[in-house]
Amino acid sequence: MKKKKGLSLTQRQKLMGLYFVAPWVIGFLLFFAYNLVEAVVFSFSKIKINDGGGFSITWAGIENYRYALRESADFVRRLTESMGSILIDVPLITFFSLFIAILLNRKFKGRALVRAIFFLPVIMASAAINDTLNSNLEALMGGMSNTAAAQVTDTTATGLNAMVFAGALMDFGMPNQVIEYLVGAVSRLYEIIRSSGVQIIIFLAALQAISPSLYEVAQIEGATSYETFWKITFPMVSPLILTNVVYTIIDLYSQSDIVEVAHTTAFTSLDFGLGAAMSVISSLCVCAILGIVSFLISKKVFYQS
Amino acid sequence: MDLQLVQKAKTYTKSEDFKLSVKKSENKVKNFFLNLVIIIILIGTSFVILSPIIGLVSDSFMPLEDFYNPLIYLIPENPNAQNLITAFKQIDYPKSLAISLGFSVVIMLLQAFICSFVGYGFARFDFPGNKILFALVVLTIVVPVQTIMVPLYTQFRGFDIFGIISLISGKPLNLINTPYPLLLMTITGMGLRSGLFIYIFRQFFKGLPKELESAAFIDGAGTFYTYFFIMLPNAIPSIITVMLFALVWQYNDVFFSSLFMENMGFLSVKLTTLASKLSAQLQIRDPNQVKLIISSGVLLTILPLVVIYLFLQKYFMEGIERSGIVG
Repeated sequence: MKKKKGLSLTQRQKLMGLYFVAPWVIGFLLFFAYNLVEAVVFSFSKIKINDGGGFSITWAGIENYRYALRESADFVRRLTESMGSILIDVPLITFFSLFIAILLNRKFKGRALVRAIFFLPVIMASAAINDTLNSNLEALMGGMSNTAAAQVTDTTATGLNAMVFAGALMDFGMPNQVIEYLVGAVSRLYEIIRSSGVQIIIFLAALQAISPSLYEVAQIEGATSYETFWKITFPMVSPLILTNVVYTIIDLYSQSDIVEVAHTTAFTSLDFGLGAAMSVISSLCVCAILGIVSFLISKKVFYQS
Repeated sequence: MDLQLVQKAKTYTKSEDFKLSVKKSENKVKNFFLNLVIIIILIGTSFVILSPIIGLVSDSFMPLEDFYNPLIYLIPENPNAQNLITAFKQIDYPKSLAISLGFSVVIMLLQAFICSFVGYGFARFDFPGNKILFALVVLTIVVPVQTIMVPLYTQFRGFDIFGIISLISGKPLNLINTPYPLLLMTITGMGLRSGLFIYIFRQFFKGLPKELESAAFIDGAGTFYTYFFIMLPNAIPSIITVMLFALVWQYNDVFFSSLFMENMGFLSVKLTTLASKLSAQLQIRDPNQVKLIISSGVLLTILPLVVIYLFLQKYFMEGIERSGIVG
């Protein structure tokens, strides 16, 4: 029998997949991998922009890193602040969105309207818009941010003012730190709700994917709703908890202060080397957080198969 | 007579019937309070979400005199659209809106097309290196774009592929302040959150039954034909989801827009520079007046999205529930 030359049909069929992913591979190599290497190289160099449009690179060793970590006035402080607030916000957002998703999954009148309202933050997720909305919210709810504090006390105070309570608590002899945390938590409320839009959607989809027969069995066996939640709902959505935590960390990081710092260093002070070094440092921190958190969570995740 | 009644009542309280009805009414009370708590939470959260928008509308129609009047809160006494008109002129609304929406629609279509194409490749073909390449897709989701923003900027400032462009025109191209950087990145699956979209499509295509394609192949359809005419029509729920996200994220994007296209006149970029423009060009020094005008600008910016969302809301939710985000 004559042997067929070349590849079999199934093998050729498999290789067709390469045509499909080819555009992505080109993009990955050209724009991602290349630039990732470049970013690391930049962070070790001094970069000068030439008049003609090009730029010249001179090797500077770890000078940029040394400057960012040892000499820069506020880089380390803002780095720790940003990472700290990410670590505080992630559990708050995750549990809040799971909680809201469970509520929205129940059947009640006007559910469509409530859902439409809850996804509005997804529509308005923009840095420029959010800054303005935040200041509006503070005026409306009486919450305070440090910068707006002077403004609001100067002008006519309307509505419920958090500072009134803060003052009362201070008279009560509460420690200042506790009051600051409470006031901070109240003014973060909107931030948490606002950052939860996509996560609520993901949890909602997960909740609807749980087979109703599981709940039926639990009901027949006489499980309480508390037991049902911890034995059925929670394990079934746990893979999505991992997804959501990862998404939340990336989302919070991309909006965080530290990215802004690197951006201004690179594009306003035109110190590209230092900017790249700052980006690399903060990205490494985020990747470390991501690695640790997903390792810890994935140990507890329940996979159905 | 009385004794008899008491006796009757006593036996009744011991009966199963009574216990059941007590339990029922207990449940009723419990459910009532549970529902009450849920309603309060939902209404409260809805208020927190809606209040900034209420504030925006109020600011937009609030003249400065009314703003300084301590007796007036939220509802202006002499509403006028002065703030809206100022913002409208300053951000050059019709033109910026056309640019922003037009560009976002182009990006949206490209994202949906390219990402579904690539996602299908990852989902259905077991070519060598599939797993490794997909792990790299996840890497592009996880590593923030901000890490590579500096080299990206310099790359597009002197854009060249292996020296070919220099060879033809003598020097590399400067693509900053043109739409090409983002278009190029989107076409090659590296655009704004493209990794996430590829992930969504891969999960979705994995969930579709294999028989769909087998039938097409047996009938003699080629791979690309099968993809375009059999698989794509079946992927409409996830296409709607991805399109909406792509549109909204691109429309609101400040990062890429200000990095590559600061002078192209996108709404989102104009909004960030509105405050400095007001004080520099119109000599408005009062921070409260600036705030009122910026609020009007924000209202104008989000208005088209809210309108689109209200129309598509139902499809959006249905799309998400069936889109396979969950996998």
